[in-house]
Amino acid sequence: MQSKIIIVILLMALVTFLPRFLPLLFLSKRKLSPLAKSWLSYVPVAVLSALLGPALFLKDGQFNLTLSSNPYFWAALPTFAVALRTRNMFLAVLTGIGSIALLRMFVS
Amino acid sequence: MPLQKNFKNGAIRSIPIVMGYIPIGLAFGILAANVGLSSFETASMSIIVYAGSAQLISLSLIENQAGLFTIVMTTFLVNLRHTLMSAALAPHLGHLNRLQQAVFTYELTDESFAVHSRDFKEEKNPPVMRIITTNVLAHLSWIGGSVLGFYTGSLFTNLESWGIDYALPAMFIALLAIQLEDKKKYIVGAFSMFFSSLLFLQQAGHWYIILAALAGATAGTLLDSYLKTEAKPRTIFKQKNL
Repeated sequence: MQSKIIIVILLMALVTFLPRFLPLLFLSKRKLSPLAKSWLSYVPVAVLSALLGPALFLKDGQFNLTLSSNPYFWAALPTFAVALRTRNMFLAVLTGIGSIALLRMFVS
Repeated sequence: MPLQKNFKNGAIRSIPIVMGYIPIGLAFGILAANVGLSSFETASMSIIVYAGSAQLISLSLIENQAGLFTIVMTTFLVNLRHTLMSAALAPHLGHLNRLQQAVFTYELTDESFAVHSRDFKEEKNPPVMRIITTNVLAHLSWIGGSVLGFYTGSLFTNLESWGIDYALPAMFIALLAIQLEDKKKYIVGAFSMFFSSLLFLQQAGHWYIILAALAGATAGTLLDSYLKTEAKPRTIFKQKNL
């Protein structure tokens, strides 16, 4: 196995790069229909939410919103509020890190 | 000095990504050393694959003696979501030549996508220097974290108590909040979150992100065209009342 690892890594790189590159290559110079544009305009919100859902609502493979065992969800609330109000990502990230540290210190 | 300015702006935009990548890179490096990868293999993976979750998953597969096909297919599936991100950014990047597009997408990750998609909404032809700088600095922090983790190992195991592990989720939350400019986007966001959690619970494997994202964007488009057909009679009605 060990000698093959570098081949594994090269193939991993290939199957990672192509999905990242090909859509941009094919779509960037093309005029898109209003329908396609509308669809693509929802992709950022949809992808970010899809990534966040399980991270915030689930803990150890179960739906869990308790304060003591799922600080990820509760720290999301001040983070979200600060981001909505200030539109400042840096400030929001600091709020999130601070909130989770405090929750871990005092609640869990 | 537009180049310098764009470099600076690109660097500023990379800060939150870097804050998230260094601790996760450290974790990857520590695990890679534990699984038995060499320092060369660990660095190579972070340099040429550059995909956080896929790299971490591949380590557990390598540890479990999974075959080459399994590892490569899993990586492909885990990273398939980037097709959506690449497509979403495409209308804004027609001014890049092919080489620039290749360099840019080589370093297109969830995090860099989130940062770029926020910026691109408000600008035409984003400066190449700025967007590549953000990507390169983020990538360097990932490589640096990985290598540091490989060599220092357990020195950095206590990062959780500082809350650093929350840097990336917090960044996603912030970028999502910034994207939510109308009610339709709230609906799409809530729907995708709920749906991906459900898929995750149903053990949809690595499909949950891309399926939920596809469904969410489709729901948004349906909402768009539904509201458009609704809008006409409503405005007439309003005018009559006036």
